[in-house]
Amino acid sequence: MLDVTGLQKIYPGQHGDVEALRDLTFHLGDGELACLVGPSGCGKTTLLKCIAGLMRPTSGSVELAGEQVTGPPRDMAVVFQEYGRSLFPWLRVRDNVELPLKEKRLSKARRRELSDEALDAVGLLKSAGAYPWQLSGGMQQRVAIARAIAYEPRVLLMDEPFAAVDAQTRADLEDLIRTLWKRFSMTVLFVTHDIDEAVYLGQRVLVMSSSPTIIQDDVAIDLPDERDQISTRGEHRFAELRTRIYAEIRNASQPQEAGKQQAAAAE
Amino acid sequence: MSAATTPARTGAGAAKPGGAGRTALRALQIVLLPILLIGLWWAASIASGVYYLPTPGEIAATFVEVWGSQRLADDVLPSVGRLFGGFALGTVGGVGLGIVLGLSSRIRAVLEPVLEFFRAIPPPVLVPLLMLFVGVNTTMKLAVIVSGCIWPILLNTIEGVRAVDPVLIDTCRCYGIRGRRWLTTLVLRSASPQIMAGMRQGLSIAIILMVISEMFASSSGLGYTIIQFQRTFAIPEMWSGILLLGLLGFLLSVLFGFAERKVLKWYNGVRAAARGE
Repeated sequence: MLDVTGLQKIYPGQHGDVEALRDLTFHLGDGELACLVGPSGCGKTTLLKCIAGLMRPTSGSVELAGEQVTGPPRDMAVVFQEYGRSLFPWLRVRDNVELPLKEKRLSKARRRELSDEALDAVGLLKSAGAYPWQLSGGMQQRVAIARAIAYEPRVLLMDEPFAAVDAQTRADLEDLIRTLWKRFSMTVLFVTHDIDEAVYLGQRVLVMSSSPTIIQDDVAIDLPDERDQISTRGEHRFAELRTRIYAEIRNASQPQEAGKQQAAAAE
Repeated sequence: MSAATTPARTGAGAAKPGGAGRTALRALQIVLLPILLIGLWWAASIASGVYYLPTPGEIAATFVEVWGSQRLADDVLPSVGRLFGGFALGTVGGVGLGIVLGLSSRIRAVLEPVLEFFRAIPPPVLVPLLMLFVGVNTTMKLAVIVSGCIWPILLNTIEGVRAVDPVLIDTCRCYGIRGRRWLTTLVLRSASPQIMAGMRQGLSIAIILMVISEMFASSSGLGYTIIQFQRTFAIPEMWSGILLLGLLGFLLSVLFGFAERKVLKWYNGVRAAARGE
């Protein structure tokens, strides 16, 4: 479904070029839920922007269902970290969800149907008439998720979507993502800096090295399909996977401190 | 920002308890100073007995007599019409050009020095020039009004367009929102707080220029009439004209504030939410 091949991104800078991504290659199968973790400043957002078609890579390619991505593809939706800034504050919740559908030229009835379904799926049907700023942070991010689902994407990209919400809300939203992923059978790429979150959510965790970035490891998460915030996180296997990834990220971020700082400045 | 179960805040404008008493107090606050000032004027005009300073009573009587008649249709309404026309043209031009300049740094780099030059020219000095080129007519008066009120609208629109949130821009790109919908839903709405601020400044400039454009070689209009009264020493009439201009400005400001609250309801809501109200 999603093929990233030899992706490289170099930012030209005043004090020499900064190589944020060196050589990234991975493949996501149809309907997979993969998490991408890496140390801070490793170029997660750069990678996501390249995949989303918002930024051109220096070299390498991104292919969605066999087609090269050169601009934002129609079959892809993105949920940004900054929920407060990715919703239109002058539109009500339902209009926020339906705006991309208008651009898809769907009929009014079909738009209504899709927005009803998506808002219901995130538990916000009652708030359809509210403005985003009347909602809490977690609810705003749910609206952004509903907008992404209503768009009926084949691939859903999420850029650290829960980094700015509190712990309880975050746990609820993690479970929501698992539920939605199963219900709407999408391919999901979830970027996070939180190793626990990656292990809990994913079928697979891709570990990025520090900058200049490569895919350091590709870990299959062999936890049972039904996940539970308390019992799954308490499992021995969960701890093992978490420890393994943690160790890799720590190793990855140690040798190249200078490079990491450069990348952080570039981001 | 707490748990997702937090109920949605109710919209602004919920009725507060004790509404009637509050309204009465507010009304008193509004009229208190004007009453005081009128009283002072009255006392001063009677005490001084100067011909140039009629009492408020005389001015009020003259006001009804002068402006209640044919002059309303002949002088006041055409002036107000030109004011609205010029202001509308200035708004369309300022917002349109502001969007182009705000979106393109290249065009901005080329046009900005020239615009700064034109902006520095006081519009009243254009009046004789425009009279030569287009004559003494409505076009000239509109041109004078536009030449002054366009600047705050233009500059504020540029600022507003440049300040569109990059996350919203990315959101629009991801969801394929472009063209007209992109312009109206993203750019214009994002910039609307700055555009409204520019229009407010532009409106007061437009009123001033409406009067000035009628002071030269004109034969009708509010500005012309007031000048005529001054030249013929029709003192209470002149004062009543000044009073009319003040009232007009006040009324327009109130109307504008009303429109502004409607258009920027979301903006005030966002700001209140950010303050934690």
